[in-house]
Amino acid sequence: MSKSIQAIDMNIYYGSFRAVEGVSIDIDSRSVTALIGPSGCGKTTFLRSINRMHEVLPYASVEGQLLLDGDDIYGSGVDPVTVRTMIGMVFQKPNPFPTMSIRENVLAGYKLNGTRLSRSDADSIVERSLSSANLWNEVKDRLDKPGSGLSGGQQQRLCIARTIAVKPDVILMDEPCSALDPISTLAVEDLISELKEEYTVVIVTHNMQQAARVSERTAFFNIAGTGKPGKLIEYAETSTIFNNPSEKSTEDYVSGRFG
Amino acid sequence: MPSTEEPQSSAATKNPRRRNGSADRSNPLVSGDKGGVAGDKVFNGLALAAGVTILLVLAFVAIFLTFNSVGAVYTEEEGLNLGAFFSYAYPLLLGSLMASAIALMIATPVAVGVALYLSHYAPPKLSRTIGYVIDLLAAIPSVVYGAWGMTFLAPALVPLYDVAHEYLDFIPFFAGTPSQTGRTVLTGGIVLSVMIIAIITAVSREIFMQTPKLHEEAALALGATKWEMIRTAVFPFARAGIISGVMLGLGRALGETMAVALVLSVGPLTFSLISSGNSTIPAEIALNFPEAPPGSERQAQLIAIGLVLFLITLVVNMIARWIVSRHKEFSGAN
Amino acid sequence: MTSSTRTAERPSNPSQEPQGSRRNKLAQRPLPPWTWVVVLVASAVVAAALAALFTDFHLGFVFVTTLVLFLVTSYVVTRSRAGRRKANDELCRNLVYTAFILALIPLVSLLWSVTSVGMRGLTEPGFLTSDMMGVSGTTDAESVQEGTSVQGGIVHALVGSLMITLAAAAISVPIGLLTSIYLVEYSRGGPLARAITFFVDVMTGIPSIVAGLFGVAAMSWFLGVLNQAGLISSSRSTMGITAAIALSVLMIPIVVRTTEEMLRVVPNELREASYAMGVRKWRTITKVVLPTAISGIASGVTLALARVFGETAPILVTAGFVVNVNWNLFQGWMTALPVYIYRQFQNPINPSLSEPSYQRAWAAALVLIFVVMMLNLIARIIAKVFAPKTGGR
Repeated sequence: MSKSIQAIDMNIYYGSFRAVEGVSIDIDSRSVTALIGPSGCGKTTFLRSINRMHEVLPYASVEGQLLLDGDDIYGSGVDPVTVRTMIGMVFQKPNPFPTMSIRENVLAGYKLNGTRLSRSDADSIVERSLSSANLWNEVKDRLDKPGSGLSGGQQQRLCIARTIAVKPDVILMDEPCSALDPISTLAVEDLISELKEEYTVVIVTHNMQQAARVSERTAFFNIAGTGKPGKLIEYAETSTIFNNPSEKSTEDYVSGRFG
Repeated sequence: MPSTEEPQSSAATKNPRRRNGSADRSNPLVSGDKGGVAGDKVFNGLALAAGVTILLVLAFVAIFLTFNSVGAVYTEEEGLNLGAFFSYAYPLLLGSLMASAIALMIATPVAVGVALYLSHYAPPKLSRTIGYVIDLLAAIPSVVYGAWGMTFLAPALVPLYDVAHEYLDFIPFFAGTPSQTGRTVLTGGIVLSVMIIAIITAVSREIFMQTPKLHEEAALALGATKWEMIRTAVFPFARAGIISGVMLGLGRALGETMAVALVLSVGPLTFSLISSGNSTIPAEIALNFPEAPPGSERQAQLIAIGLVLFLITLVVNMIARWIVSRHKEFSGAN
Repeated sequence: MTSSTRTAERPSNPSQEPQGSRRNKLAQRPLPPWTWVVVLVASAVVAAALAALFTDFHLGFVFVTTLVLFLVTSYVVTRSRAGRRKANDELCRNLVYTAFILALIPLVSLLWSVTSVGMRGLTEPGFLTSDMMGVSGTTDAESVQEGTSVQGGIVHALVGSLMITLAAAAISVPIGLLTSIYLVEYSRGGPLARAITFFVDVMTGIPSIVAGLFGVAAMSWFLGVLNQAGLISSSRSTMGITAAIALSVLMIPIVVRTTEEMLRVVPNELREASYAMGVRKWRTITKVVLPTAISGIASGVTLALARVFGETAPILVTAGFVVNVNWNLFQGWMTALPVYIYRQFQNPINPSLSEPSYQRAWAAALVLIFVVMMLNLIARIIAKVFAPKTGGR
């Protein structure tokens, strides 16, 4: 159900610009890993390269290897579409499909791919996914209403429900709470801690308290200057990163001296 | 190292989309559904084909028109005869230019005024409603404009033409016997101007609205009156936009057929605006094409002037687009 | 119209009035509001006098002269009382308002005349249900001389317009839609995409009569080829489908432009959300992007339909005109509503007694305007009502 991720010396390019350089990282299955760092340091680029979403942008390319339980997702003959069915993603801004109801949004992964589901299968998927996303009780009476009518936090949990409905092995989250109010943020953070029972979660966040609250391990990315590639500076237990980092720049960052 | 022998069977069965996964491959990620890939290819191909079709259609327009108009300048018996075609075409071309020039002279100030009214004078709510009304001007079919010009506008202008003839006879444009039906090139130009007001207004209004608020406020803060603000902040910013709108209107006026065909009582070229005479290229085609036998020299002649019209409007429109695109580069920062 | 907003730009402050006798030094002494009424009335009187003198009291002349006199006089008055800058400002404001009124006059006149004249013909029995079979110079002369109702109707023209427009839409919508999908979703701004965008712009400027000529030339060539191959025996290109092809040349660029615009405003996040669930690109486009943009696209297509429904010239040279109903796009001539109007005006059935023909033409024009306005209205309603509700926070 859950898989580990291993990056080996990854370089990520946009055209000829090298956005991320030499990242090697091991992410355990059934864990929450936070990626932190200043703006533009390549953490989001790295996150998007894990399910090949960065390829949506033109001229993006990757060197190195990224192994999902030992299988290279950049190996020849690998279809990015297959990768994305195994590695789901939640975005910064909640983005439920405006033309679909709440129920249809949860089933979107199946419907959009043209998979036929029996009524009972669909019902159980909707209930299970929404329950796992801590949203079932709030929306069970209005499943046929448009998903865009929910509050921001509910929309984001709906997007998480949509992601786990297709049973991925890994869930990537790109600043999932940055557009939410504190109460919704709390709900989503609680959810993240529950999700790690079943999934490998990788989360990009600007909020260091959030990283400290939800993650077991933290990776700190940094950038030497504009136009330079982002690099992985330090990767360790979250408590180590925040209390006893081995790199000077990590300490500067987590103690708020820059970034 | 991608070929580790870990058991991956669960991946193939748990997700309905991956049930076709081939078990013999070591990397389960490779086992995408081939049908989906084909769908992507087909769809991409279709979209590309549609785009190419458009290019082909335009190429065909040029090729067919050229091919079919050869008969106008070259026949087996007489050989190449450009002179005959030229003497046939130039009065029509001048007529077209005359009608369009009149239309532009009337429409440009009115349209710029209306656009200014909508962008800077009218209350916002009213402005939107009036914007719709102006759009209606563009939606009315040209044949209706023609009918209106022929039955209502032309007779109403007859007395004015008489006055003009009486007192302004010394100007060549108002010389000659005034038409007693009012169906002259000036009337045609007025009808054309009504038709192109909408397009010039739309383009100008768009560009007026985009004037940076900061520039406007800077001018007002220096104590400029509203008109001085418009002159110093809005017009310099919008000049290229207005010009391109006018060029688009010119293209429309040059190609407009029905209004002219109905309003004008066609005749030989004359520079008097108030007596009957003149014709335009589109009107000439519309009036004569249905009667021209297919494949005849006459038909070739009509297609040839159609080609001339096509080329002229092409140039006019390309100039308009060029101005717009150049303007975009300059105002990119805004 | 002018006096109400006249003081808006001035830095004076009316709330300081209670200070009584002390005059606000910032306030200029305004001209009394009735000045403008006086100027307007005086201009009108002088204009009327001039009109009576020169033109047998021509109303248009009165109107134009009044406007000119008013603009000049009010400029002079303001200039003498409030200075040059203020006068310039007011002159330009008055000019802007004048332009606006000038633009409205033809619209109002046109709508009023079409409605008032067209109503009579529209209420003739059988106008909407009969064609022009059996209507001749004799029947028209009878209706004039004996005062009987005018014979003939537009049902064949309505059928022709409907068939030709639908056929044009059937050709243009798939091509236009797919092209804009290519431009927005696939091209990534390559040279081919730039060429297509440029030539679509060029196509929007093609004169409609040239599109008609293209239809004729293309169809003659195509039929000639088939004829030589022995597949068909006749090569007469005048028929409904030729008109539809000609109209497609006009319709495709409109569909491409509006659809492209609509696809570009679909938020990228929706595409990413779909890709991130492992949905293929073509399914993302057909099931996420298109449904989100569909109301805008439908509205744009409806506007394009309205545009080609009113086109006359291309149909005139490609499909000809007949007096009876023809449902077959691929055989025989076909009349469209605008062509019907044009023919009734240009070649009245009875050249010496053109009244019945004009009456039919005006009634048909009323129907045409009604259909076009309805299509415009429907387009707006589609765009408003069926737009997906985004961001319900």
